[in-house]
Amino acid sequence: MAMIDVQDLVRRFGRLEAVRGVSFDVAAGEVFGFLGPNGAGKTTTIDMLCTLLRPTSGSASINGFDVVRGRDDVRRSIGLVFQQPTLDETLTAEQNLRFHAYAYGIPAEARTSRIRDLLTLVGLWDRRTDSVRTFSGGMKRRLEIARGLLHHPSVLFLDEPTLGLDPQTRRRIWDHLGELRADHDLTIFLTTHYMDEAEHCDRIAIIDHGRIVAIDTPARLKDNVGGDLITLTTPDGEMAAAELRRSYDVAPVVTDRTVSFHVPAGEAFLPGLVRAFGQPLDAINLRRPTLDDVFLELTGREIRDGDDRAAAATAGRG
Amino acid sequence: MTMTEVYRGTWVVAYREVLRFVRERSRIVASITFPLLFLAIFGAGFNNVIGQMAPGVNLVQFMYPGIIAMAVLTSALSAGLSVVTDREAGFLREILVAPLSRTGIVLGKAVGAAAVALLQALLLLVIAPLVGVDLHAGIVVRLVPIVMLLSLVLSGLGIIIGSFMRSQQGFQMVLQILVFPMVFLAGVFYPVDTLPVWMEILSKANPVTYGVDAIRQVFLGSDPAAAGLGVTVFGHTMGLVEEMAMVSVLGVALIAGAAVAFSRQE
Repeated sequence: MAMIDVQDLVRRFGRLEAVRGVSFDVAAGEVFGFLGPNGAGKTTTIDMLCTLLRPTSGSASINGFDVVRGRDDVRRSIGLVFQQPTLDETLTAEQNLRFHAYAYGIPAEARTSRIRDLLTLVGLWDRRTDSVRTFSGGMKRRLEIARGLLHHPSVLFLDEPTLGLDPQTRRRIWDHLGELRADHDLTIFLTTHYMDEAEHCDRIAIIDHGRIVAIDTPARLKDNVGGDLITLTTPDGEMAAAELRRSYDVAPVVTDRTVSFHVPAGEAFLPGLVRAFGQPLDAINLRRPTLDDVFLELTGREIRDGDDRAAAATAGRG
Repeated sequence: MTMTEVYRGTWVVAYREVLRFVRERSRIVASITFPLLFLAIFGAGFNNVIGQMAPGVNLVQFMYPGIIAMAVLTSALSAGLSVVTDREAGFLREILVAPLSRTGIVLGKAVGAAAVALLQALLLLVIAPLVGVDLHAGIVVRLVPIVMLLSLVLSGLGIIIGSFMRSQQGFQMVLQILVFPMVFLAGVFYPVDTLPVWMEILSKANPVTYGVDAIRQVFLGSDPAAAGLGVTVFGHTMGLVEEMAMVSVLGVALIAGAAVAFSRQE
């Protein structure tokens, strides 16, 4: 049975159809990436999965519980780390976790040891009696991850978990997540604007205009873009492009002195090209497609487009 | 939604409200200083001019129970403020995705605000000897349920407003518009039975009036002959129990309204 099972999920806001019939499933233990431009329906879908928003139609279940009928069971099955911080800054790290433990009804005998274990895991045990107000962005994030795991969820939702953090902190958080995955048999549902984070995923779904436009492993998504990208630098771009069209059946794009084109297997293609090409070559560049290329091709936008707008939109939604 | 979830929501949310109050020393100091300033300034300013309000009761003694009610009012209405600040700080999401019932959360906010209001009222009791009001165990025992009840009502009102407000500034503005008339038309500074008719009508429609009078009767006794004690409605002077019954009915309505208003948000 799938850990997350989504069938024809639809959500309308008045006349606006934000999510238009989305279906997918996520297996237990999978790291699932949910990518899409801002306004594509990402947050709306997550809010429905987290029981914060009722679907207009369709259904979704998590851990076997329906998100509408089994709301509280779903809530117990999921841990959440939102884009915007959701900590009480007046309270200490430990008090924040204690509130969570009470709210989720964690039995008294497990509470203290569980809080200690998780604070130790995210490296905040020494700061447990400090006000969260004194924490850095990275520390707050780590505390939120610890809190999200406190009640032993089956699925951890991470909505832009490292947005606005420096690369070192991001790496540290991913190290933690790696350990957690290994120890807890956790399913992770992730949204991100960072390509390197998307690479951590077992599978990725890309949503655009409220519909899923692609869903596959990162490797296969990249294969589908049309193979490797070769860029040649030559004194006369147009001449080189003409020869490429004539002899190799590719569709080159010329920018001044550079010519780029896709081939299915770049490494095998290049030696033959170098041997037989009639034009002088100044430089050759071979690049594997990245998830950014996949994203660009499917949505027409860069993966990093408009981070700030995403943050502002979420803040306004409450 | 089961009773356990309502119950757990109530106590966990209330627990946090009290914890927050205790951790913010500036809030404690401010919550005591403000009523004391009122008492000192108005009391000293008018005491000699006005003289005795009733046999053996001067203006400061008359005002003192009203000042306690005022502190309760401000602190209870801030239950709504905490809904708004939780939303702004993002913590509201942590509460909303927890397996807690919405009704439980609202009750928790109200009970938490009532507990904080009670703490403040008890802190204000410390100055009773200074203003020449007799303080004995009986007063404290009767004061506790009245303060709790009054603050539950007002926190219900606060949460209704808070559920519709998206910013602290907006909430504070609505609060100012509400608090001042509610305080001035509650008989804190003068007996409501001696007001001009239009003011008397507004005062008697104000729930705080009955809270103020109930607290005053606890401190100064319930002799209906004494000026300024007991609120007369349609020729009937209300006793402590009747006043609290009225406040309770209103409280149930406002808390229910708060639960509906709060649950509207997804």
